[in-house]
Amino acid sequence: MSVASYVKNIKDTVTSVFEGMTITFSHLVRRPMTIQYPDKIPVPIQETLPRRYRGILEVDMDICTGCLACERDCPITCITIGIEMDKETKQRNFTHFDIDICKCMYCGLCAEACPTGSIRHSQEFEGASYNPAGLVRHFVTQPAPLYKPKKGGETDPKLAEKVDTGLKYLDEFATPDGGAAAEEG
Amino acid sequence: MQAYIDQLIRDGYFAGMPKEVVYAVAMVLAAFIVLSVFVAPLAGVTSWLERRVWARMQSRVGPNRVGPQGILQWLADGIKNLLKEDLIPSAADAKLFSLAPYVVFVGFLCAFVVIPFGSQLIVADLNIGILYILAVTSLVVVGILMAGWSSNNKWSLLGGMRSAAQIVSYEIPAGLSILTIVFLAGTMSMQGIIKAQGWAPWDWFLFNNPFTFAAFFLYFTAALAEGNRTPFDIPEAESELVAGYVTEYSGMRFLFFFFAEWGNLYVIGAVATTLFLGGWQVPPVTSDPILLGVLQFVVFFLKAYLWVFIAMWVRATLPRVRVDQLMALCWKYMVPLSFLCLLGTICWMLVFPKGNQIFSVAMFVLGLLIVAYFFKRVVFQIRHARPELYFKPHI
Ligand code: SF4
Ligand code: SF4
Repeated sequence: MSVASYVKNIKDTVTSVFEGMTITFSHLVRRPMTIQYPDKIPVPIQETLPRRYRGILEVDMDICTGCLACERDCPITCITIGIEMDKETKQRNFTHFDIDICKCMYCGLCAEACPTGSIRHSQEFEGASYNPAGLVRHFVTQPAPLYKPKKGGETDPKLAEKVDTGLKYLDEFATPDGGAAAEEG
Repeated sequence: MQAYIDQLIRDGYFAGMPKEVVYAVAMVLAAFIVLSVFVAPLAGVTSWLERRVWARMQSRVGPNRVGPQGILQWLADGIKNLLKEDLIPSAADAKLFSLAPYVVFVGFLCAFVVIPFGSQLIVADLNIGILYILAVTSLVVVGILMAGWSSNNKWSLLGGMRSAAQIVSYEIPAGLSILTIVFLAGTMSMQGIIKAQGWAPWDWFLFNNPFTFAAFFLYFTAALAEGNRTPFDIPEAESELVAGYVTEYSGMRFLFFFFAEWGNLYVIGAVATTLFLGGWQVPPVTSDPILLGVLQFVVFFLKAYLWVFIAMWVRATLPRVRVDQLMALCWKYMVPLSFLCLLGTICWMLVFPKGNQIFSVAMFVLGLLIVAYFFKRVVFQIRHARPELYFKPHI
């Protein structure tokens, strides 16, 4: 080791430590990133989360077609859907639609596969429960009819709004390049 | 301290009691008072403050729930650890294992005997004060080795060995930089060293000449390494050794190691203040002995605590060095440099036997310029990152 490199090492040590210390000191006057989570803040914490946050799944049963795409796509079968035909009216009804959020890994594959965007991630993340059974979300309480998409667009204004929400969600979240392209474009 | 007890004995307070017994009781009482009134809260509050300071430096908040702004966190931690089960591994050497934390603790606590908090406020002004500090703090090595060996665990042993190697190595630069001051002051007594300096910064040994200026930083670095502080905390490197020599400890014994570590920070600051920063010297503003004593204590405490803060700040800044880098830093750089400082100071004393006031003032101005440049860089860093500013210390 030459004398020049020896002196240079000392100089480098001193200057780099000095520079590092200025950076950490400047952090002392920055606002911490941490949110005091269980405390009250002006808006509910869920509303401050990013739009594409993958929270607990929710299903809008009014626009679910019962295609079972989500059930088939889920890698760990958290979703179980039951459908039966009413013998008299020839109407197919949901008997149950359960999502076991205990098992769910929030991969989002189900939301991507859904044709109407009825199954989607919410901003909700607080799922604490005293037993695992409490973590199974039941979306069907009594037999409900399946949604049938109408040719030429939805006519019922209430449903139309829901369909729009679903499709918008699909656009932002479930398309392969997601909302990023939409945001930039 | 002794003079005060002698006075009490002469006044007939302890009539009929042998002098030795009175001394022994007084000693135990003094140790107890120092420990419970000063050292324990100090180490505790330091542990809380350290966590808060790191947190802010890492854009976090830190413990802020126990008491106002979390200031009682250390009490909660202490009580929690007291209530925890004190496990001794079945394969461990039980006697050594349970003794080790106390050896570490005694090693650090003994240093408080000679720390001068004021011109009157010192337990014992030994004439070999600084040598005594070097000696008793080395006792910590024994404790750490005991802990490492007796745990019967490969990580503990490695941690203990590393720690011993590190402390023994870094004692050399630390001792040599202390020696420069001993030469300048002509005494090893802590009070003597302080009395050889003045209250004005240019009368401090720090600005006496360029060599003591360098020696100060060498001392501080070496002391950090001796105290097993980041960036020199390889004995307890979590990523390699779980927790090093404390791996097998639990409950109160575990706490004792950290108690010693945080208390030791203050000892480092206090020794640095005594040797280089003029200790308790205050401008002659009052002659009231009590007021003067309080003022001296405050000045000394603040100076020492500044270095505690800097140690926290270094810990939040620098990554842990590797073992070989640690040894290279010590033997290739710090030992030669501290010898250089020693020789330089000796030559300086030959050239300027009375010191050089003008040069000291110039050194002081240089120090101020460095601080000014530092803040310029801090402002640059803030501008550069354009963060959301928040100046309040609490949140
Ligand atoms: S997010 Fe993934 S794991 Fe969860 S239900 Fe949907 S497909 Fe299954
Ligand atoms: S939620 Fe979507 S994917 Fe699942 S059954 Fe209903 S429409 Fe099909």
